Amino acid sequence: MIDISDLHKSYKMGQNSLHVLKGIDFKADEGEMVAIMGSSGSGKSTLLNILGMLDEADAGTYILDGKEIKDLDETKAAIYRNKFLGFVFQSFNLIAYKTALENVMLPLYYQKVSRKERQTRAQKFLEQVGLGPWATHRPNELSGGQKQRVAIARALVSKPKVLLADEPTGALDSKTSYELMDVLQTINNQGITLLIVTHEEDIANMCKRIVHLRDGIIVSDKKVTQVKASQYVE
Amino acid sequence: MWNRDRWREMFYTLSKNKLRTGLSGFTVSLGIFIFVLLFGFGNGLKNSFQDFFLDDATNTIWLYPGQTEKPYRGYKAKRRIIFRNDDLTDIQQNFGFYLAYITPRISRGALVKHGMESNNYTVRGIAPGHQNAEKTIITNGRYINANDLQERTKFAVVGRLVEQDLFQGKSALGENIDVGGVSYKVVGVYRDEGGDNEERLIYIPYTTRQQLEKSNDRIDQIILAFRPELGYAGAKEFEKKLNAFMRKKHFIAPNDQRGIYVRNRTADLKESQQFASILQLIVTFVGLGTLLAGIIGISNIMVYVVKERTKELGIRKAIGATPKSVVGMILHESVFITTVAGYVGLLAGVGTLAIIGDSLEEYFIINPFIGTNTAVAATLTLIAFGAIAGYIPARRAAKIKPIIALRDD
Repeated sequence: MIDISDLHKSYKMGQNSLHVLKGIDFKADEGEMVAIMGSSGSGKSTLLNILGMLDEADAGTYILDGKEIKDLDETKAAIYRNKFLGFVFQSFNLIAYKTALENVMLPLYYQKVSRKERQTRAQKFLEQVGLGPWATHRPNELSGGQKQRVAIARALVSKPKVLLADEPTGALDSKTSYELMDVLQTINNQGITLLIVTHEEDIANMCKRIVHLRDGIIVSDKKVTQVKASQYVE
Repeated sequence: MWNRDRWREMFYTLSKNKLRTGLSGFTVSLGIFIFVLLFGFGNGLKNSFQDFFLDDATNTIWLYPGQTEKPYRGYKAKRRIIFRNDDLTDIQQNFGFYLAYITPRISRGALVKHGMESNNYTVRGIAPGHQNAEKTIITNGRYINANDLQERTKFAVVGRLVEQDLFQGKSALGENIDVGGVSYKVVGVYRDEGGDNEERLIYIPYTTRQQLEKSNDRIDQIILAFRPELGYAGAKEFEKKLNAFMRKKHFIAPNDQRGIYVRNRTADLKESQQFASILQLIVTFVGLGTLLAGIIGISNIMVYVVKERTKELGIRKAIGATPKSVVGMILHESVFITTVAGYVGLLAGVGTLAIIGDSLEEYFIINPFIGTNTAVAATLTLIAFGAIAGYIPARRAAKIKPIIALRDD
């Protein structure tokens, strides 16, 4: 599903150049649930942004679902993002003046899906994350966990191949975090590939594989026994 | 552009962000409103100015006899100059090339009666050319003609207000009026843009007037018009020659200030046209200034709006909005707001001008108005600049990588 090799990325800061990713080789198959761990500055978010086509690599190859991603202009990137990828951010990034349902409908708007179908599909995904009755609420009327679940529904509604989550539980307490991980595990079990950036050990252990980054290179990559989040949720 | 979904999305965004929508709309409305108002006032000023100066024909030269103040060729000073009919014929013979028409004017006050109604009016003995000199507009019947002069007919042309006063709303045409004891038949009724006083006059053939005054041949003043194609320089030349000719004929010293008065309307016109063009310049300047202020206002708002929405645009891009659709959305919204608000401001401005109407006449603003073309052009300019002002920051926002836009909290 995802195949990157020898990925480099550096940021220019005035005269200095900060080498963030120093040759990453990484593969993920369909249906995997990978936690990317590392201390801050290790390059884990940069890696995720490049995978999500929100940022560009300086060197290296990136193949997503058999297609090589390179020389992307913004228009092409937007189309790929819309087709293949779903995003979940630490700060939710919902549009404040739209209701939960309308936020979930938005990716379909850019796919030129008819309004009626947008509504039905968005409602279905809201129900899947357990927020059916909250469809008409605005983000500021929802709790952090609910907002993140709206964000997940929004990421899923365009039926992506890969879901990228950048510290999805970073702004949530542990109980809400586990509830969210339960939702993510359910999604993963339906066959969607998940990449989760986190620095929390317990969250990482709820994935199927953990990749450690340090100073821009992968230092370890191992499969783990998945801890079921459902056991913490009553 | 005509995608229903896109309109729906736009209306939704606008209605959910009422403050932002209202603010940018208000800026545009206010800009157009003030522009229309000021431009209308400027036109009103010009109108009252034209009413003051331009009600009569402007290609005329007026001759008034005076009293000499210098002895000349054996004649004493303080001699009263009198114009006679032969002055008319002499001018016609000598200056035929320059002349469009010539008319004398003999003014007398008289008590005028019809039935039970009576009033005092000024009665002018004139020739047909007088109609052009005063820009008299015949609304009913006819003006005094050459035949009337020949036959010394007792025909009269009365002003609109004379008819109103004496005939109480009925038509005066064909009726007889008593002017100072002599009966005249009304053959015409006229209107004049020069105001009420100009419509309280009665015109009769000057030959008739002379016959009544013991068949003399005196005339009060001479009004003559030169052919307009002479232009300003030609008219000045004509005036100079005419002045010299009349002084020679009536034995008035060339440097005598009071023997004869020659007033050239063209010179007046030239001055008044200069003044009018300065007024026009001020009006245009004020208009452009207001428009510029409006443009700056809408530009500021648009920059602010896009800045405020950077994060939203980042989110939209992350979930699949292409840069084109982002720019399109912002443009669509800004053009829509400026169009609607511009139209509202336009209507409000034109409406206000209509309400004001002539109520500011004492401030020299008569019938303030704005030409449709000017108003529409101003609105379109503002719409265009609103679009440009939205396009530049929108394009920049669309180019920002979503990851940077999302970081912007």
